[in-house]
This record gives sequence, structure tokens and C-alpha cells, in this order.
Amino acid sequence: MISTDVLIVGAGPAALFTVQQLGLLGLKAEVVDNLDKVGGQCSELYPDKPIYDIPAIPECTGETLIKNLMKQIEPFNTNFHLNERVDQLVKEGTKWKITTNRKKVFITPSVIIAGGVGSFEPRKFPLKEAEKFEDSGVFYSIRDKKYFDNKKICIFGGGDSALDWSIELSKNSKVVLVHRRSEFRGTSKNVETIKRFEKDGKIQIKTPYQINSIEGDDKITSITIKDDEGKIKKIDTDYILGFFGLVMKLGPIAEWGLNLDKKHITVSTENFQTDKEGIFAIGDICTYPGKIKLILSSFHEGALAARGCFELARPNEKYRHEFTTTSKIIHERLGKKKS
Amino acid sequence: MAKITYIEHTNKKHIVEVPSNMSVMEGAIQNNIPGIDADCGGSMACATCHVYVDKKWFDKLKKKNEGEEDMLDMVCQPNKFSRLSCQLIVSNELDGLILRMPSKQG
Repeated sequence: MISTDVLIVGAGPAALFTVQQLGLLGLKAEVVDNLDKVGGQCSELYPDKPIYDIPAIPECTGETLIKNLMKQIEPFNTNFHLNERVDQLVKEGTKWKITTNRKKVFITPSVIIAGGVGSFEPRKFPLKEAEKFEDSGVFYSIRDKKYFDNKKICIFGGGDSALDWSIELSKNSKVVLVHRRSEFRGTSKNVETIKRFEKDGKIQIKTPYQINSIEGDDKITSITIKDDEGKIKKIDTDYILGFFGLVMKLGPIAEWGLNLDKKHITVSTENFQTDKEGIFAIGDICTYPGKIKLILSSFHEGALAARGCFELARPNEKYRHEFTTTSKIIHERLGKKKS
Repeated sequence: MAKITYIEHTNKKHIVEVPSNMSVMEGAIQNNIPGIDADCGGSMACATCHVYVDKKWFDKLKKKNEGEEDMLDMVCQPNKFSRLSCQLIVSNELDGLILRMPSKQG
């Protein structure tokens, strides 16, 4: 059993910054996430994609943002419990008892749910063979684009993920972009680029087509696509990529008896506490009047939730607001020498 | 009020009366008809209330807007009769409407 000041569910940017805010207040957090790495959607969905709306950082990728947040919380030696999902949350006296799917138990006065969209998974191709080849020939996200160098690739989808990757991968590979209709819903810049690439012969576009079958024994050799009239075309390919967005799976969070509004947890904007004392929710998973799903907003939410946690973890201490520029005690917590 | 026939992918039929101004999706949810998930509750954010409208009915429905067309990019096996049932508002004119549900939603 692990006793801690705060347990955080999720390890995305909201969670990581909140670890820092808690650390500055002298509170220790344990972090649980069911992905195999920290970073949440930043690492899982768009590690290579630039983000432009982090204050004072004109441009950085999801991966860099997470790297910097991890650097920022280094002084606090936080324990991360990855590949682990919080299953149960029950009140025991004044504290909460949390049990993971691996039967790890935590006792804490405060839990911060920073679970993003819950456990999310990509929408997949509705074919049996797609399952068989998943992660060997069929992909729904890209971690290392070099893997696709000098290969024949079919990309499915009509949004920016499909267009971004078609543009990017066509530099070193032969790309066929397949979409169910002739309009693409990506940004006009992406759509223009893709049309220009098609004209220049850098890319092939097939619309309106959908996947019909995947052929191959050990690996994919070709696929067939079908249009609305049932006309079928064969394409030789090594890999297929599908970008059809994500399905939200709230998972066990739905069973914790919290007030939910369309799969989001309702919170008070004073301290981001839910309808249960000691349970807070921040980031994409929380909702309140005026909520915007921005990383920026989640930082603010985490900072206020941390103060809410302080009251529960240190009921006999008075909370004092201090600045990192001047506070000696904060400098000690950050491991900075006195100047 | 309209009598609507919802047909599951197994061909199981559900015929229910749905009050006007409710969406076709809500008609299914309130009558516990399986095959329409409607995860987002009708905000056109999830594409899990996908239906195939009967050929004879498709052109009688109000045209889809761009947002609905975009969301249809994400459904499993769309065809030219695909709609999101949260965007179909029931009226007397829809009496007799027939819809089929896909084998899976997302």
C-alpha cells in the first residue's frame, strides 16, 4: 500500500504540470497512467506535430513539450506507475483508497483525475485482416516515420492527420491517399498542397473509395478499394495507415459515481473539485461553463486543484501564496542554492 | 409524431413512435434500441449514431450540413445513404421512415 498526498490519474501535460504545482507547495504526488509512457495525447497522438499555443513557446512538438515538463518536475522525484489503470476508487474514513488493475493500492486524501478523454483508441478498419496485420502492416498512428521510407503506403482518411502524413511520407515513399469522398476536411493549406502534389505526380489520390479487402500471407502485398457503385480497384502496397479519429472510452471512471455530463466530469471552477470532496478533475476530462480544451487551460486548472489538495493534505497548516522568484522554501524544494 | 422502423444489422426490426422535434437518435436511445451508441449525446462529435437511410427515404430528408459530412468520414463503412441519426429531426413528414444500423459504431 502506498500512502501519498495526492494521486493523479493520467500522465498527460495537465498531470505533469500539476505535479510541479503540488511540488512547490511541498506535496508529494504519485502518477498512474494506462499508457506505456508519459505525455498522454501529446506522446500518443501527435508527438511530431507542432503546437503553437503554449504561452511563451511560439512552437514546439508534443514530444518536446512533454520532455520539458518532465525536466521541470525532476526535483520532485515523482513515481510514475505506467501501464496501469486505476480501477476502483472508494472512500475510507476521510481518505480515498485507490486500486489499480494490477492490484496496487494507494491511500490519499486527494485524487486528481487528469484522464484526458479516458482511455482512447483509434477507430479501426472494419476488416478481420486489419486486426491480423495491426502494428506490422496496418497502423493508426506513426511513431517513427523512418519505418516507412522507400515503401508503398496507402493512407486512408480525409482530415489533417491523413493529409499531414500523406505530405510528409510522400517525400521518401510512394503514397496513395484514399478517401470516401472527393472533399477533404483538412486545412485549406494542406488540401492545396495535396492537390499540387497530385498534379506533380508525387502522390496518387483515389476518391470516392473505401477499403474492401487486404491481401497477403505474412505481410500485406495489396489491398482492394471499392467505390459507392461497388466498382473495385486493386492497389499494390506494403503498409496501410488509417486516420479516422478516435473513439473515447471512459472506462472505469464512469463507475466512480461522479457527476458526469456527456462523458466529462463536472467541477467547480474555484478548485476543480468534483461533487465528491477530495476528488478533483482537470484537463480535457473536466467540464464547467466556458470550458475550453486547451493545454493552457489545463495548467490553470491544475494550479488551482493543487491548492485544493493542500487544504486536505495539510489541514492544520495555513496556505500561503508564494512566488518562485523570491520564496526560499520553494528554492529549497526545487533544489536551488541560495544566492 | 412519426412511426420509425429501426433495423439492426441482424435484421431485427424495432418499430416505434417518436414524437416530433426529437431526433431519430433520441428515439432509439429512449426506446433502448441497440445499434445506436450516441456517445456524445447529439453534439455531432463522435459519429456513433450512424445509420443507413432507406433508399426511398434518403432524398426526402433535409440535406446534411458540412459538419455532418465531416463526421461521416469517421464512421465504419459509410455508404451514400449514410446519415448521423442525431441530425435527423422527427416530424409528421417522417412517418414511415426506415433506417438500418451498421454492424458496429466506431
